[in-house]
Amino acid sequence: MEVARKIGVPLAAILMFLALWEGIVWWNGWPNYKMASPSDLPPAYARYWELFLTMGWQTLWRTVAGLGLAVLFGTLLGMVMGFSRIARDGLYPLLVGFNAIPKATLVPVLALIFIGQHDFNTVLMAFLISFFPIAVSVGIGLSTLEPEYRDILRSLGASKLTIFWKIALPKTLPEFFGALKVSVTLAFIGTNLVEIVSPHGRGLGALFKSGETNGDYPLMFAVLIALAFLGILLYYAVVALERIFAGWAERPQH
Amino acid sequence: MANLIDIRGVTHAYRTPLGPLPVLEDLNIAVPEGEFCAVVGPSGCGKSTLTRLVAGLMKPDRGEVWLHGERVTSPRRTVGMAFQNPVLLEWRTILENVILPLEIVAPRMPRKDRVDRAMALLEMVGLKGFEAKRPSQLSGGMRQRASLCRAIVHKPDVLIMDEPFGALDNFTREDLWQTMRDLRAAEPFTCVLITHDLRESVFLGDQVIVLSGRPASTQFILNVGLPADRRIDVLYTPEATDMLHILRDQIRIAQGREGEVH
Repeated sequence: MEVARKIGVPLAAILMFLALWEGIVWWNGWPNYKMASPSDLPPAYARYWELFLTMGWQTLWRTVAGLGLAVLFGTLLGMVMGFSRIARDGLYPLLVGFNAIPKATLVPVLALIFIGQHDFNTVLMAFLISFFPIAVSVGIGLSTLEPEYRDILRSLGASKLTIFWKIALPKTLPEFFGALKVSVTLAFIGTNLVEIVSPHGRGLGALFKSGETNGDYPLMFAVLIALAFLGILLYYAVVALERIFAGWAERPQH
Repeated sequence: MANLIDIRGVTHAYRTPLGPLPVLEDLNIAVPEGEFCAVVGPSGCGKSTLTRLVAGLMKPDRGEVWLHGERVTSPRRTVGMAFQNPVLLEWRTILENVILPLEIVAPRMPRKDRVDRAMALLEMVGLKGFEAKRPSQLSGGMRQRASLCRAIVHKPDVLIMDEPFGALDNFTREDLWQTMRDLRAAEPFTCVLITHDLRESVFLGDQVIVLSGRPASTQFILNVGLPADRRIDVLYTPEATDMLHILRDQIRIAQGREGEVH
């Protein structure tokens, strides 16, 4: 019953969304070259299945790689900002400013610096766009640690590293995973930005671009749905990790 | 007998944007080994600063803190601490919370010995059967009991408590006073208790120290002189009532309100 509800409810929501989409296209009588409908998608997938597999894999691994870098760098930066007031005061304006820049403007810059390094550029963009929430949440988690939590170990002469490992790190985990869920979707945006904008790109973004060039609307929408699917997949991977490492933070519901 | 805790002429001020804020002024406190010292005083008079000084978490501007004939300059493992907020770690069970100090103080101690020690304490405070629960599954009083177990699990010489029962309702508080009394009978430690509750100070303390208003110095010392195995009833005896009266007057003096009609 519980499992049926957990899978059935989201599935029903998705089906309702697709039905609504199909209905709107049908109601307006939009032709294929104006707006694709869900019923156009299966043929598109069947026709380009091989491409979807290879391109989808390219998008996925580059997104995950960028996300991995974002976790490493974001956590380190968050630790620096969490433990040092000076670093926090100094870095916040820089970070916020950097985050306010539309990342699309950076694509030509990166493309020029790292000419031809398509994989590297893509991973880098996924990283640049997704580390910010992680750094901020880890920073806030560490800087708002109540002094008493530190004192229970500090009064026993525990080292800073021990206090971080036994208290600060686990206490920050729920915030960290909250940020990671935001970062997952951001990283996909970063990957696709480079894939779509750069010429001779690879991945689902490039497939979207070629659909656009050929006026193949069903292909374009099939790519969007595939991206959404990958996003959901990665999101639930993060949820699974959260259950394992920060399941304690989930209070029983009354 | 030598004093286990010796606070000599301690003066301390916090640096604030508005200039130094003196909190302690020539404070002297001596607690013999095994004694229970309750410290009372007006709000904001520097009582919490006192606990941090004894724990070695900070150094006074002037004066000295001695424990066991050694000058305190940094934290030491022979101290246990409990606060008003039980600060239990939500990602650990109650048992694992109580074991935490042993992981720092006795890293080589076998797991079984740690569990046995923690379980013995949990049983003593009436938490047997709750060791596998998470802190959020327990009531405030039970959490504070677990916090007490954690504070003494590594057999500290000194237990420092900063208003540990302050957030509890009256009946739970009286239960915990009795738990505290029983723990003292079973475990030999010297205790400093910071409190706002005069009845608590008389029920638990061997001596009650009244601090003056900020900057705090020792204003008055009351030797309680009641037997160690007190019962709550003792608070309703004439001796206790007299002591509470004296303490009440001393607090009013500390607040600078002795002339007011009350």
